[in-house]
Amino acid sequence: MLLIKCPYCGERPELEFVYGGEAHIARPAPEADLTPGQWAAFLYARTNTRGVHAERWRHTRGCGRFLNALRDTTTDQFIATYKVGEARPPAELAQQEP
Amino acid sequence: MQLFSALTLLKEGFAGQRGWRAQWRSPEPKSSYDVVIVGGGGHGLGAAYYLASEHGLANVAVLEKGWIGGGNTGRNTTIIRSNYLFDESAALYDHALKLWEGLAQSLNYNVMFSPRGVMMLAHTVHDEQILKRHVHANRCNGVDNEWLTPEEAKAFCPALNIEHNIRYPVLGAALQRRGGTARHDAVAWGYARAADSLGVDIIENCEVTGINRDAEGAVESLQTSRGLIRARKIGVCAAGNTSVIMNRVGVRLPLESFPLQALVSEPLKPVLPCVVMSNGIHAYVSQSDKGELVIGAGTDAYTSYTQRGALHVSTHTLEAICELFPTFRRLQVLRNWGGIVDVTPDRSPIIAKTGVPGLYVNCGWGTGGFKATPGSAHVFAWTIARDEPHPINAAFTIERFRDGHLIDEAAAAAVAH
Repeated sequence: MLLIKCPYCGERPELEFVYGGEAHIARPAPEADLTPGQWAAFLYARTNTRGVHAERWRHTRGCGRFLNALRDTTTDQFIATYKVGEARPPAELAQQEP
Repeated sequence: MQLFSALTLLKEGFAGQRGWRAQWRSPEPKSSYDVVIVGGGGHGLGAAYYLASEHGLANVAVLEKGWIGGGNTGRNTTIIRSNYLFDESAALYDHALKLWEGLAQSLNYNVMFSPRGVMMLAHTVHDEQILKRHVHANRCNGVDNEWLTPEEAKAFCPALNIEHNIRYPVLGAALQRRGGTARHDAVAWGYARAADSLGVDIIENCEVTGINRDAEGAVESLQTSRGLIRARKIGVCAAGNTSVIMNRVGVRLPLESFPLQALVSEPLKPVLPCVVMSNGIHAYVSQSDKGELVIGAGTDAYTSYTQRGALHVSTHTLEAICELFPTFRRLQVLRNWGGIVDVTPDRSPIIAKTGVPGLYVNCGWGTGGFKATPGSAHVFAWTIARDEPHPINAAFTIERFRDGHLIDEAAAAAVAH
Protein backbone atom coordinates (compact mmCIF):
# COMPACT_ATOMS: atom_id res chain seq x y z
CA MET A 1 0.00 0.00 0.00
CA LEU A 2 1.24 3.46 -0.86
CA LEU A 3 1.99 6.10 1.76
CA ILE A 4 0.76 9.42 0.42
CA LYS A 5 1.70 12.81 1.86
CA CYS A 6 -1.41 14.96 1.83
CA PRO A 7 -0.31 18.64 1.68
CA TYR A 8 -2.86 19.40 4.39
CA CYS A 9 -2.74 16.34 6.69
CA GLY A 10 0.67 14.76 6.24
CA GLU A 11 1.45 11.14 5.43
CA ARG A 12 -1.55 8.83 5.32
CA PRO A 13 -2.16 5.31 3.92
CA GLU A 14 -3.45 4.92 0.37
CA LEU A 15 -6.78 3.53 1.64
CA GLU A 16 -7.78 7.06 2.75
CA PHE A 17 -7.41 8.33 -0.82
CA VAL A 18 -9.20 7.96 -4.12
CA TYR A 19 -7.18 8.12 -7.33
CA GLY A 20 -8.23 10.86 -9.73
CA GLY A 21 -6.28 10.17 -12.92
CA GLU A 22 -3.85 12.34 -14.84
CA ALA A 23 -3.45 15.90 -13.54
CA HIS A 24 -3.27 19.23 -15.36
CA ILE A 25 -5.82 18.36 -18.05
CA ALA A 26 -7.66 21.64 -18.49
CA ARG A 27 -11.31 21.47 -19.43
CA PRO A 28 -11.89 23.53 -22.58
CA ALA A 29 -13.84 26.74 -22.12
CA PRO A 30 -17.60 26.36 -22.69
CA GLU A 31 -17.47 28.83 -25.56
CA ALA A 32 -14.62 27.00 -27.27
CA ASP A 33 -15.74 25.65 -30.64
CA LEU A 34 -14.25 22.18 -30.40
CA THR A 35 -14.18 19.47 -33.03
CA PRO A 36 -15.20 15.95 -31.98
CA GLY A 37 -11.52 15.00 -32.20
CA GLN A 38 -10.54 17.71 -29.72
CA TRP A 39 -13.32 16.62 -27.36
CA ALA A 40 -12.17 13.01 -27.59
CA ALA A 41 -8.61 14.10 -26.82
CA PHE A 42 -9.79 15.99 -23.73
CA LEU A 43 -12.05 13.19 -22.52
CA TYR A 44 -10.06 10.09 -23.34
CA ALA A 45 -6.47 10.57 -24.54
CA ARG A 46 -3.93 10.17 -21.73
CA THR A 47 -0.13 10.32 -21.67
CA ASN A 48 -0.06 7.10 -19.60
CA THR A 49 3.53 7.97 -18.75
CA ARG A 50 6.08 5.30 -17.94
CA GLY A 51 8.19 7.46 -15.64
CA VAL A 52 7.30 10.60 -13.70
CA HIS A 53 3.53 11.03 -13.85
CA ALA A 54 1.52 14.00 -12.59
CA GLU A 55 -1.74 12.79 -11.13
CA ARG A 56 -4.67 13.77 -8.94
CA TRP A 57 -5.66 12.14 -5.68
CA ARG A 58 -8.47 13.02 -3.33
CA HIS A 59 -8.08 12.58 0.42
CA THR A 60 -11.67 11.35 0.59
CA ARG A 61 -11.48 9.66 3.98
CA GLY A 62 -9.46 12.52 5.50
CA CYS A 63 -9.73 16.21 4.78
CA GLY A 64 -11.71 15.55 1.60
CA ARG A 65 -9.52 17.81 -0.52
CA PHE A 66 -7.98 17.14 -3.92
CA LEU A 67 -4.22 17.17 -4.28
CA ASN A 68 -1.72 16.62 -7.07
CA ALA A 69 1.26 14.30 -6.95
CA LEU A 70 4.31 13.41 -8.98
CA ARG A 71 4.91 9.67 -8.89
CA ASP A 72 7.37 7.50 -10.78
CA THR A 73 5.19 4.82 -12.38
CA THR A 74 8.17 2.47 -12.77
CA THR A 75 8.76 2.35 -8.99
CA ASP A 76 5.54 3.81 -7.51
CA GLN A 77 7.74 6.19 -5.49
CA PHE A 78 6.18 9.61 -4.82
CA ILE A 79 8.48 12.48 -5.78
CA ALA A 80 6.27 15.30 -4.58
CA THR A 81 2.72 16.14 -3.60
CA TYR A 82 1.36 19.65 -4.01
CA LYS A 83 -1.83 21.62 -3.74
CA VAL A 84 -4.28 21.94 -6.61
CA GLY A 85 -3.57 25.15 -8.53
CA GLU A 86 0.16 25.04 -7.86
CA ALA A 87 2.51 24.52 -10.79
CA ARG A 88 3.93 21.07 -11.41
CA PRO A 89 7.27 20.79 -9.54
CA PRO A 90 10.33 19.87 -11.63
CA ALA A 91 10.79 16.12 -12.03
CA GLU A 92 14.47 16.48 -11.02
CA LEU A 93 13.23 16.41 -7.43
CA ALA A 94 13.55 12.68 -7.91
CA GLN A 95 17.31 12.90 -7.66
CA GLN A 96 17.16 14.80 -4.36
CA GLU A 97 15.25 12.05 -2.60
CA PRO A 98 17.42 9.86 -0.36
CA MET B 1 9.19 -28.72 -36.94
CA GLN B 2 9.42 -31.78 -34.73
CA LEU B 3 5.81 -33.01 -34.62
CA PHE B 4 4.46 -34.04 -31.25
CA SER B 5 2.50 -37.30 -31.10
CA ALA B 6 2.14 -40.37 -28.93
CA LEU B 7 4.66 -42.07 -31.20
CA THR B 8 7.39 -39.42 -30.77
CA LEU B 9 6.75 -39.46 -27.03
CA LEU B 10 7.22 -43.23 -26.95
CA LYS B 11 10.37 -43.03 -29.12
CA GLU B 12 11.88 -40.36 -26.90
CA GLY B 13 11.01 -42.41 -23.84
CA PHE B 14 13.15 -45.25 -25.19
CA ALA B 15 15.89 -42.85 -26.32
CA GLY B 16 16.28 -41.28 -22.87
CA GLN B 17 14.51 -38.01 -23.84
CA ARG B 18 17.69 -36.80 -25.54
CA GLY B 19 16.26 -36.08 -28.99
CA TRP B 20 14.08 -33.07 -28.21
CA ARG B 21 15.11 -29.91 -30.01
CA ALA B 22 14.53 -26.25 -29.23
CA GLN B 23 10.95 -25.45 -30.18
CA TRP B 24 11.85 -22.30 -32.04
CA ARG B 25 15.04 -20.78 -33.40
CA SER B 26 16.78 -17.75 -31.85
CA PRO B 27 17.76 -15.94 -35.05
CA GLU B 28 19.66 -12.70 -35.37
CA PRO B 29 17.31 -10.00 -36.64
CA LYS B 30 17.41 -9.48 -40.41
CA SER B 31 17.82 -5.95 -41.75
CA SER B 32 14.30 -5.82 -43.13
CA TYR B 33 10.91 -7.52 -42.86
CA ASP B 34 7.53 -7.22 -44.56
CA VAL B 35 5.79 -7.12 -41.18
CA VAL B 36 7.21 -6.62 -37.70
CA ILE B 37 5.02 -7.41 -34.70
CA VAL B 38 6.04 -5.57 -31.53
CA GLY B 39 5.28 -7.72 -28.50
CA GLY B 40 5.74 -11.49 -28.23
CA GLY B 41 2.72 -12.36 -26.15
CA GLY B 42 -0.06 -14.65 -27.31
CA HIS B 43 -1.75 -11.94 -29.38
CA GLY B 44 1.47 -10.93 -31.18
CA LEU B 45 2.77 -14.45 -31.79
CA GLY B 46 -0.69 -15.54 -32.91
CA ALA B 47 -0.88 -12.63 -35.36
CA ALA B 48 2.50 -13.63 -36.81
CA TYR B 49 1.31 -17.23 -37.09
CA TYR B 50 -1.88 -16.25 -38.95
CA LEU B 51 0.05 -13.81 -41.19
CA ALA B 52 2.23 -16.72 -42.26
CA SER B 53 -0.39 -19.48 -42.36
CA GLU B 54 -3.41 -17.62 -43.80
CA HIS B 55 -1.98 -14.63 -45.64
CA GLY B 56 1.19 -16.12 -47.11
CA LEU B 57 3.54 -13.63 -45.45
CA ALA B 58 6.63 -15.44 -44.22
CA ASN B 59 9.04 -12.50 -43.97
CA VAL B 60 7.69 -11.60 -40.53
CA ALA B 61 9.41 -10.93 -37.21
CA VAL B 62 8.09 -10.76 -33.66
CA LEU B 63 10.14 -8.52 -31.37
CA GLU B 64 9.87 -9.26 -27.65
CA LYS B 65 11.68 -7.14 -25.08
CA GLY B 66 11.76 -9.97 -22.54
CA TRP B 67 11.22 -13.65 -23.12
CA ILE B 68 8.31 -15.60 -24.64
CA GLY B 69 5.67 -16.29 -22.00
CA GLY B 70 7.08 -13.78 -19.50
CA GLY B 71 4.54 -11.00 -19.93
CA ASN B 72 0.81 -10.96 -19.41
CA THR B 73 0.42 -14.24 -21.32
CA GLY B 74 2.17 -15.98 -18.44
CA ARG B 75 0.59 -13.83 -15.73
CA ASN B 76 -3.16 -14.10 -16.28
CA THR B 77 -5.70 -16.41 -14.65
CA THR B 78 -6.35 -18.35 -17.91
CA ILE B 79 -10.13 -17.93 -18.00
CA ILE B 80 -11.85 -18.30 -21.37
CA ARG B 81 -15.45 -17.26 -22.02
CA SER B 82 -17.46 -15.31 -24.58
CA ASN B 83 -20.57 -14.26 -22.65
CA TYR B 84 -20.27 -10.53 -23.40
CA LEU B 85 -23.32 -8.32 -23.68
CA PHE B 86 -22.94 -6.35 -26.89
CA ASP B 87 -23.17 -7.82 -30.39
CA GLU B 88 -19.68 -6.62 -31.39
CA SER B 89 -18.06 -8.15 -28.30
CA ALA B 90 -20.01 -11.40 -28.52
CA ALA B 91 -18.88 -11.82 -32.14
CA LEU B 92 -15.23 -11.12 -31.29
CA TYR B 93 -14.96 -13.28 -28.18
CA ASP B 94 -17.00 -16.12 -29.64
CA HIS B 95 -14.77 -16.08 -32.72
CA ALA B 96 -11.91 -16.63 -30.29
CA LEU B 97 -13.73 -19.35 -28.39
CA LYS B 98 -14.39 -21.28 -31.61
CA LEU B 99 -10.69 -21.07 -32.46
CA TRP B 100 -9.77 -22.24 -28.94
CA GLU B 101 -11.78 -25.41 -29.52
CA GLY B 102 -9.49 -26.54 -32.35
CA LEU B 103 -6.29 -24.75 -31.37
CA ALA B 104 -4.32 -27.66 -29.95
CA GLN B 105 -4.92 -29.61 -33.18
CA SER B 106 -4.03 -26.76 -35.52
CA LEU B 107 -0.83 -25.91 -33.63
CA ASN B 108 0.11 -29.54 -32.85
CA TYR B 109 0.65 -28.27 -29.33
CA ASN B 110 -1.37 -29.16 -26.25
CA VAL B 111 -2.70 -25.84 -24.99
CA MET B 112 -4.75 -27.78 -22.43
CA PHE B 113 -8.01 -26.04 -23.35
CA SER B 114 -10.54 -27.30 -20.85
CA PRO B 115 -14.16 -26.20 -21.42
CA ARG B 116 -15.19 -26.92 -17.86
CA GLY B 117 -17.78 -24.13 -17.63
CA VAL B 118 -17.63 -20.56 -16.38
CA MET B 119 -20.13 -19.68 -13.68
CA MET B 120 -20.84 -16.03 -12.86
CA LEU B 121 -22.56 -15.47 -9.53
CA ALA B 122 -25.33 -13.05 -8.68
CA HIS B 123 -25.38 -11.70 -5.11
CA THR B 124 -28.07 -9.04 -5.39
CA VAL B 125 -31.31 -8.55 -7.30
CA HIS B 126 -29.42 -6.10 -9.49
CA ASP B 127 -26.74 -8.73 -10.29
CA GLU B 128 -29.49 -11.22 -11.08
CA GLN B 129 -31.21 -8.85 -13.52
CA ILE B 130 -27.92 -7.97 -15.24
CA LEU B 131 -26.83 -11.59 -15.58
CA LYS B 132 -30.23 -12.67 -16.89
CA ARG B 133 -30.02 -9.86 -19.45
CA HIS B 134 -26.63 -11.25 -20.45
CA VAL B 135 -28.04 -14.77 -20.74
CA HIS B 136 -30.78 -13.56 -23.10
CA ALA B 137 -28.48 -11.30 -25.13
CA ASN B 138 -25.95 -14.10 -25.50
CA ARG B 139 -28.56 -16.59 -26.67
CA CYS B 140 -29.81 -14.10 -29.28
CA ASN B 141 -26.20 -13.97 -30.52
CA GLY B 142 -25.83 -17.74 -30.61
CA VAL B 143 -23.54 -17.77 -27.56
CA ASP B 144 -24.45 -20.43 -25.01
CA ASN B 145 -25.32 -19.15 -21.53
CA GLU B 146 -27.93 -20.36 -19.08
CA TRP B 147 -29.41 -19.33 -15.76
CA LEU B 148 -28.97 -21.56 -12.69
CA THR B 149 -30.84 -21.37 -9.39
CA PRO B 150 -28.64 -21.44 -6.25
CA GLU B 151 -29.37 -25.16 -5.85
CA GLU B 152 -28.42 -25.85 -9.48
CA ALA B 153 -25.27 -23.78 -9.03
CA LYS B 154 -24.32 -25.83 -5.99
CA ALA B 155 -25.03 -29.06 -7.83
CA PHE B 156 -22.64 -27.91 -10.59
CA CYS B 157 -20.03 -26.66 -8.10
CA PRO B 158 -20.48 -28.49 -4.78
CA ALA B 159 -17.92 -26.43 -2.83
CA LEU B 160 -20.07 -23.29 -3.21
CA ASN B 161 -21.70 -21.89 -0.07
CA ILE B 162 -25.35 -21.02 -0.83
CA GLU B 163 -26.45 -20.27 2.74
CA HIS B 164 -28.54 -17.13 3.09
CA ASN B 165 -26.69 -15.71 6.07
CA ILE B 166 -23.33 -14.99 4.42
CA ARG B 167 -21.90 -11.63 3.38
CA TYR B 168 -22.39 -12.34 -0.34
CA PRO B 169 -25.37 -14.72 -0.67
CA VAL B 170 -25.72 -16.53 -4.00
CA LEU B 171 -29.07 -15.70 -5.63
CA GLY B 172 -28.28 -17.59 -8.81
CA ALA B 173 -25.65 -17.89 -11.49
CA ALA B 174 -25.12 -17.62 -15.23
CA LEU B 175 -23.28 -20.60 -16.66
CA GLN B 176 -21.44 -20.74 -19.97
CA ARG B 177 -20.62 -24.40 -20.42
CA ARG B 178 -18.30 -23.85 -23.42
CA GLY B 179 -16.09 -21.53 -21.34
CA GLY B 180 -13.20 -22.78 -19.25
CA THR B 181 -9.44 -22.46 -19.00
CA ALA B 182 -6.28 -23.19 -21.00
CA ARG B 183 -2.61 -23.47 -20.12
CA HIS B 184 -1.57 -19.84 -20.62
CA ASP B 185 2.13 -20.05 -21.46
CA ALA B 186 1.55 -23.10 -23.65
CA VAL B 187 -0.51 -20.81 -25.87
CA ALA B 188 2.48 -18.51 -26.38
CA TRP B 189 4.85 -21.45 -26.84
CA GLY B 190 2.50 -23.21 -29.25
CA TYR B 191 2.05 -20.12 -31.42
CA ALA B 192 5.80 -19.38 -31.27
CA ARG B 193 6.69 -22.89 -32.37
CA ALA B 194 4.10 -22.96 -35.15
CA ALA B 195 5.00 -19.48 -36.43
CA ASP B 196 8.71 -20.28 -36.33
CA SER B 197 8.15 -23.41 -38.41
CA LEU B 198 6.51 -21.22 -41.06
CA GLY B 199 9.58 -18.97 -41.23
CA VAL B 200 8.66 -16.25 -38.74
CA ASP B 201 11.67 -14.88 -36.81
CA ILE B 202 11.02 -14.68 -33.07
CA ILE B 203 13.52 -12.27 -31.57
CA GLU B 204 13.63 -12.20 -27.79
CA ASN B 205 15.45 -9.63 -25.62
CA CYS B 206 14.83 -7.00 -28.29
CA GLU B 207 13.21 -3.81 -27.03
CA VAL B 208 11.77 -1.29 -29.47
CA THR B 209 13.00 2.19 -28.57
CA GLY B 210 11.61 4.13 -31.50
CA ILE B 211 9.79 3.97 -34.82
CA ASN B 212 11.06 5.98 -37.82
CA ARG B 213 8.77 7.32 -40.53
CA ASP B 214 9.52 8.26 -44.14
CA ALA B 215 8.82 11.53 -45.96
CA GLU B 216 5.18 10.53 -46.57
CA GLY B 217 4.73 9.76 -42.87
CA ALA B 218 4.51 6.00 -43.33
CA VAL B 219 6.46 3.66 -41.08
CA GLU B 220 9.95 2.88 -42.34
CA SER B 221 11.98 1.19 -39.60
CA LEU B 222 12.25 0.40 -35.92
CA GLN B 223 15.05 1.37 -33.57
CA THR B 224 15.65 -1.55 -31.26
CA SER B 225 18.12 -2.66 -28.62
CA ARG B 226 19.44 -5.05 -31.30
CA GLY B 227 19.85 -2.49 -34.06
CA LEU B 228 17.79 -0.85 -36.79
CA ILE B 229 15.16 -3.07 -38.44
CA ARG B 230 13.30 -1.91 -41.55
CA ALA B 231 9.64 -2.85 -41.89
CA ARG B 232 6.89 -2.16 -44.42
CA LYS B 233 4.21 -2.69 -41.79
CA ILE B 234 4.32 -2.68 -38.00
CA GLY B 235 1.74 -4.20 -35.67
CA VAL B 236 1.96 -3.12 -32.05
CA CYS B 237 0.72 -5.72 -29.54
CA ALA B 238 2.48 -4.51 -26.42
CA ALA B 239 -0.32 -4.66 -23.81
CA GLY B 240 0.49 -2.39 -20.88
CA ASN B 241 3.40 -0.78 -22.71
CA THR B 242 1.45 0.11 -25.86
CA SER B 243 1.20 3.78 -24.87
CA VAL B 244 4.96 3.97 -24.42
CA ILE B 245 5.61 2.79 -27.97
CA MET B 246 2.76 4.71 -29.58
CA ASN B 247 3.73 7.97 -27.82
CA ARG B 248 7.10 7.67 -29.59
CA VAL B 249 5.33 7.79 -32.96
CA GLY B 250 3.12 10.63 -31.81
CA VAL B 251 -0.06 8.56 -31.65
CA ARG B 252 -1.94 9.17 -28.40
CA LEU B 253 -4.35 6.46 -27.40
CA PRO B 254 -7.19 6.37 -24.88
CA LEU B 255 -5.29 3.94 -22.67
CA GLU B 256 -4.22 3.80 -19.05
CA SER B 257 -2.00 1.04 -17.64
CA PHE B 258 -2.86 -0.50 -14.30
CA PRO B 259 -1.41 -3.36 -12.25
CA LEU B 260 -3.70 -6.39 -12.11
CA GLN B 261 -2.92 -9.00 -9.48
CA ALA B 262 -3.31 -12.74 -9.40
CA LEU B 263 -2.31 -15.38 -6.89
CA VAL B 264 -2.24 -19.13 -6.47
CA SER B 265 -2.76 -21.31 -3.43
CA GLU B 266 -0.91 -24.42 -2.44
CA PRO B 267 -2.00 -27.43 -4.56
CA LEU B 268 -4.90 -29.54 -3.38
CA LYS B 269 -7.01 -32.41 -4.64
CA PRO B 270 -9.78 -31.61 -7.16
CA VAL B 271 -12.32 -29.42 -5.40
CA LEU B 272 -13.46 -26.86 -7.95
CA PRO B 273 -14.86 -28.39 -11.17
CA CYS B 274 -15.45 -25.08 -12.99
CA VAL B 275 -14.45 -21.43 -13.10
CA VAL B 276 -16.35 -19.30 -10.60
CA MET B 277 -16.54 -15.54 -11.10
CA SER B 278 -18.22 -12.76 -9.26
CA ASN B 279 -18.29 -9.31 -10.80
CA GLY B 280 -19.92 -7.84 -7.72
CA ILE B 281 -17.03 -8.71 -5.43
CA HIS B 282 -14.20 -8.67 -7.98
CA ALA B 283 -13.23 -12.29 -7.58
CA TYR B 284 -12.58 -15.16 -9.90
CA VAL B 285 -11.23 -18.56 -9.03
CA SER B 286 -10.50 -21.82 -10.79
CA GLN B 287 -8.32 -24.84 -10.11
CA SER B 288 -5.30 -25.57 -12.27
CA ASP B 289 -4.35 -29.05 -13.38
CA LYS B 290 -1.57 -28.92 -10.79
CA GLY B 291 -4.26 -28.46 -8.14
CA GLU B 292 -3.51 -24.86 -7.24
CA LEU B 293 -6.42 -22.50 -6.88
CA VAL B 294 -5.84 -19.68 -9.36
CA ILE B 295 -7.34 -16.47 -8.06
CA GLY B 296 -7.65 -13.11 -9.77
CA ALA B 297 -8.17 -9.82 -8.01
CA GLY B 298 -9.19 -6.40 -9.30
CA THR B 299 -6.85 -3.73 -10.61
CA ASP B 300 -5.05 -1.34 -8.33
CA ALA B 301 -6.40 2.20 -8.23
CA TYR B 302 -3.48 3.99 -9.88
CA THR B 303 -1.59 3.73 -13.16
CA SER B 304 1.70 1.93 -12.84
CA TYR B 305 4.26 -0.14 -14.75
CA THR B 306 5.69 -1.97 -11.74
CA GLN B 307 4.07 -5.41 -12.27
CA ARG B 308 3.08 -5.50 -8.61
CA GLY B 309 0.13 -4.24 -6.63
CA ALA B 310 -0.99 -3.53 -3.10
CA LEU B 311 -1.82 -6.25 -0.60
CA HIS B 312 -5.19 -4.78 0.34
CA VAL B 313 -6.45 -5.41 -3.22
CA SER B 314 -5.78 -9.15 -3.10
CA THR B 315 -6.91 -9.35 0.55
CA HIS B 316 -10.29 -7.93 -0.47
CA THR B 317 -10.68 -10.70 -3.05
CA LEU B 318 -9.51 -13.44 -0.69
CA GLU B 319 -12.00 -12.38 1.98
CA ALA B 320 -14.84 -12.67 -0.51
CA ILE B 321 -13.65 -16.04 -1.83
CA CYS B 322 -13.41 -17.45 1.70
CA GLU B 323 -17.02 -16.38 2.29
CA LEU B 324 -18.18 -18.17 -0.85
CA PHE B 325 -16.02 -21.24 -0.22
CA PRO B 326 -15.61 -21.71 3.55
CA THR B 327 -13.47 -24.79 2.90
CA PHE B 328 -10.74 -22.58 1.37
CA ARG B 329 -10.13 -20.64 4.59
CA ARG B 330 -7.19 -22.70 5.77
CA LEU B 331 -5.32 -22.68 2.47
CA GLN B 332 -2.05 -20.84 2.12
CA VAL B 333 -1.16 -18.56 -0.76
CA LEU B 334 1.97 -19.67 -2.57
CA ARG B 335 2.63 -16.89 -5.04
CA ASN B 336 1.24 -13.44 -5.76
CA TRP B 337 2.18 -11.31 -8.77
CA GLY B 338 0.99 -8.52 -11.01
CA GLY B 339 0.77 -7.75 -14.70
CA ILE B 340 0.31 -4.40 -16.39
CA VAL B 341 -2.96 -4.15 -18.28
CA ASP B 342 -3.93 -1.39 -20.71
CA VAL B 343 -7.46 -0.27 -20.07
CA THR B 344 -9.70 1.71 -22.45
CA PRO B 345 -12.54 3.95 -21.24
CA ASP B 346 -15.20 1.48 -22.47
CA ARG B 347 -13.26 -1.67 -21.47
CA SER B 348 -13.31 -2.93 -25.05
CA PRO B 349 -10.14 -3.44 -27.07
CA ILE B 350 -8.78 -1.51 -30.04
CA ILE B 351 -7.79 -3.64 -33.05
CA ALA B 352 -7.29 -1.17 -35.84
CA LYS B 353 -5.29 0.83 -38.33
CA THR B 354 -3.84 4.03 -36.94
CA GLY B 355 -3.47 7.44 -38.57
CA VAL B 356 0.10 6.48 -39.52
CA PRO B 357 0.26 4.46 -42.78
CA GLY B 358 1.63 0.98 -42.14
CA LEU B 359 1.11 1.15 -38.37
CA TYR B 360 -1.51 -1.09 -36.75
CA VAL B 361 -2.39 -1.52 -33.12
CA ASN B 362 -3.98 -4.27 -31.06
CA CYS B 363 -4.40 -3.04 -27.49
CA GLY B 364 -6.78 -2.09 -24.73
CA TRP B 365 -7.62 -5.64 -23.69
CA GLY B 366 -7.57 -4.49 -20.09
CA THR B 367 -8.16 -7.25 -17.60
CA GLY B 368 -9.51 -9.81 -20.06
CA GLY B 369 -7.24 -10.32 -23.04
CA PHE B 370 -6.17 -13.92 -22.61
CA LYS B 371 -9.54 -15.40 -23.54
CA ALA B 372 -9.48 -13.55 -26.85
CA THR B 373 -5.95 -14.55 -27.88
CA PRO B 374 -6.69 -16.67 -30.99
CA GLY B 375 -9.55 -14.47 -32.22
CA SER B 376 -7.66 -11.25 -31.64
CA ALA B 377 -4.57 -12.60 -33.37
CA HIS B 378 -6.63 -13.90 -36.28
CA VAL B 379 -8.44 -10.62 -37.06
CA PHE B 380 -5.32 -8.53 -36.36
CA ALA B 381 -3.37 -10.55 -38.94
CA TRP B 382 -6.22 -9.97 -41.41
CA THR B 383 -6.17 -6.21 -40.67
CA ILE B 384 -2.42 -5.99 -41.24
CA ALA B 385 -2.33 -8.18 -44.34
CA ARG B 386 -5.27 -6.53 -46.13
CA ASP B 387 -4.90 -3.04 -44.70
CA GLU B 388 -8.57 -3.15 -43.75
CA PRO B 389 -10.37 -4.59 -40.73
CA HIS B 390 -12.00 -8.01 -40.67
CA PRO B 391 -15.80 -7.61 -40.27
CA ILE B 392 -15.42 -8.90 -36.68
CA ASN B 393 -13.04 -6.12 -35.59
CA ALA B 394 -14.46 -3.35 -37.78
CA ALA B 395 -16.13 -1.69 -34.77
CA PHE B 396 -13.04 -1.82 -32.55
CA THR B 397 -11.45 1.35 -33.92
CA ILE B 398 -9.64 4.23 -32.26
CA GLU B 399 -12.14 6.61 -33.85
CA ARG B 400 -15.05 5.18 -31.87
CA PHE B 401 -14.02 7.40 -28.97
CA ARG B 402 -14.29 10.45 -31.22
CA ASP B 403 -17.54 9.37 -32.87
CA GLY B 404 -19.27 8.12 -29.73
CA HIS B 405 -19.72 4.52 -30.90
CA LEU B 406 -18.44 3.04 -27.65
CA ILE B 407 -18.76 -0.70 -27.04
CA ASP B 408 -19.44 -0.10 -23.41
CA GLU B 409 -18.71 -3.39 -21.70
CA ALA B 410 -17.66 -1.29 -18.69
CA ALA B 411 -21.25 -0.18 -18.18
CA ALA B 412 -22.53 -3.64 -19.11
CA ALA B 413 -20.39 -5.07 -16.29
CA ALA B 414 -19.64 -8.16 -18.30
CA VAL B 415 -16.11 -8.17 -16.92
CA ALA B 416 -14.69 -7.96 -13.45
CA HIS B 417 -12.61 -4.85 -13.83
